Amino acid sequence: MTSTAPRKKLTTSAMIASFADPGQRTSSAPFGHALTRLAHERPEIVGLSADLAKYTDMHVFRDAFPDRFFQMGMAEQVMLGAAAGLAEVGLVPFASTYSVFATRRAYDFLCLDIAEPGLNVNVVGALPGLTTGYGPSHQATEDLAILRGCPNLTIVDPCDSVDIEQAVPALAAAPGPTYLRLLRGAVPTVLDEYDYRFELGKAAELRTGRDVVLISTGLMTMRALQAAARLEADHVDVAVLHVPTIKPLDTEAVLRAARTDRLVVTCENHTVVGGLGEAVASTLAFAGVGTRLVPIALPDEFLAAGALPTLHDRYGLSTDAVVARVKAELGGGAHAPWAADPTPATA
Amino acid sequence: MTSLSTPPVTADSTRGQEDRIDRIRQAAYRIRRNALDMGEVQGQGYIGQALGVADVLAVVYTDQLRYRPEDPHWPDRDRFLLSIGHYAIALYAALAEAGIIPAEELETYGSDDSRLPMSAMASYTPGMEISGGSLGHGLGVATGMALGLRHLGNPARVFDLLSDGELDEGSTWEAALACAHHGLDNVTAVVDVNALQADGPTAGVLRTEPVVDKWRAFGWHALRVDGNDVAALVDAFDELREHRGSPSVLICDTRIGSGVPLLEGREKAHFMRVEPHEWQIARDQLEEGLSR
Repeated sequence: MTSTAPRKKLTTSAMIASFADPGQRTSSAPFGHALTRLAHERPEIVGLSADLAKYTDMHVFRDAFPDRFFQMGMAEQVMLGAAAGLAEVGLVPFASTYSVFATRRAYDFLCLDIAEPGLNVNVVGALPGLTTGYGPSHQATEDLAILRGCPNLTIVDPCDSVDIEQAVPALAAAPGPTYLRLLRGAVPTVLDEYDYRFELGKAAELRTGRDVVLISTGLMTMRALQAAARLEADHVDVAVLHVPTIKPLDTEAVLRAARTDRLVVTCENHTVVGGLGEAVASTLAFAGVGTRLVPIALPDEFLAAGALPTLHDRYGLSTDAVVARVKAELGGGAHAPWAADPTPATA
Repeated sequence: MTSLSTPPVTADSTRGQEDRIDRIRQAAYRIRRNALDMGEVQGQGYIGQALGVADVLAVVYTDQLRYRPEDPHWPDRDRFLLSIGHYAIALYAALAEAGIIPAEELETYGSDDSRLPMSAMASYTPGMEISGGSLGHGLGVATGMALGLRHLGNPARVFDLLSDGELDEGSTWEAALACAHHGLDNVTAVVDVNALQADGPTAGVLRTEPVVDKWRAFGWHALRVDGNDVAALVDAFDELREHRGSPSVLICDTRIGSGVPLLEGREKAHFMRVEPHEWQIARDQLEEGLSR
């Protein structure tokens, strides 16, 4: 729900706008630093980029290990093919570009050179979902939909810097191919406040709640936690199940969470087609669980350009929007716990 | 058959050049013969291409490549990548000649549960380095292998067999840029120019000539030879082996159906149909050619 209060129009600003809230704790380039730390321990780690090292935090690794970094130029197909070749001779590559290019442009190479032979290649895609205001050319709103159908591929959508730092060694340790939805630059640090460790293939219940369960992935877990705290003030008890691994999905945890009379909501930074919401829906349907699901996701549209906060509001990913959606689903009415508050809270 | 677990045969070898050529020609004959036998199993296939490229494969597998037939994953082996997966029939014929797969297995070609599928797949076949089928992939993977081998201090070489039709794919040229930029002199591309692709003659589908000029402009050391002239192929591969500082490419002009006049003279077709009674005629013609 957008605020109707007039305000100065925001601008698109940098291509990679930070989605951190003002004053939020952040870590700088957590992927680059995590990869560099890992590379000190594992000499077989190498890096590649397609003219986007600087914009995918790969520059940290490049500067630390220049002889283990291979610049492939603005050529995503050969970058992924070459990553496969490096893995074929025993190295463990991390190859970074924007998600749109890794998935739309070079999919045949990810699929056939990397995934089919099951190589330990780790594809790192920046600007997943709606994390740039540059419009459809850079907004990878359907990367999960493209990749979930790819056999062998492990897909991780981290929430914050903690997730990224812990995911990097786990992805390198996993024998097969992986795709990481990269958050880069000043990345919020959120999960260190919870009893949480990233575990590949596992979902984690970050908070319990009796009324609502938010099943969330990626940066939407941060929003889900904020929304849960906000709703708590309105006496709505909200659980958050964080699902950082999209594939293979932790179906046990999902089913446990969804076999309930609570309101079940999925939250993802991705089109409503083919992402977490549909993965959870099919899991429930295949298990014969008839729970209704409320998907919070991007619409099945090419999105607008603009400032990220504006766009997150408009397309329903802001904390305000999540809170409003949950309240709407719970039903308003005079008996709603928040009925005494005439104006919904805004961020 | 030479198992190159011992040092490779090179031009310095004391073996006479004539013996060397003759040995390769014998191998090429057996590769063609293997391919015809496999083609007969399916009654059709990329037999024209297999006959055309047989001399190239014979030179590579009996004279140039370092490998251990009994250990297809030997880390120090030279890698031979078949970027053109539909040429699998030709490579199986060569792998049998090289002792990497048993010759008896060739009769399973294209059958259910065979290790020799119609389109090359690495997970099925010993000695098949990559899966083909989608064109324009081989040179990119070769780029990474070559970067990685050099990084690891492994002197193994990486060969990639492409077709002229495959030069249509932009990814081939992405990889060509990358190999040259990174100075990968451990890469040798081999382009089989048979001037034919799926929809017809290459010149009419999408013009790729002048091929040598293009590779040179991309920073490659490029040579062009008659790909059905074993002596010329040997000289060219020997020269490329010595070249340093940039990747090498050997453009091989080949004749579809080479070695079997019945098929050489047939109307050019990407996917050649051969009648059941013609396989024996083809084998007879092949044998006559060898004795000439």
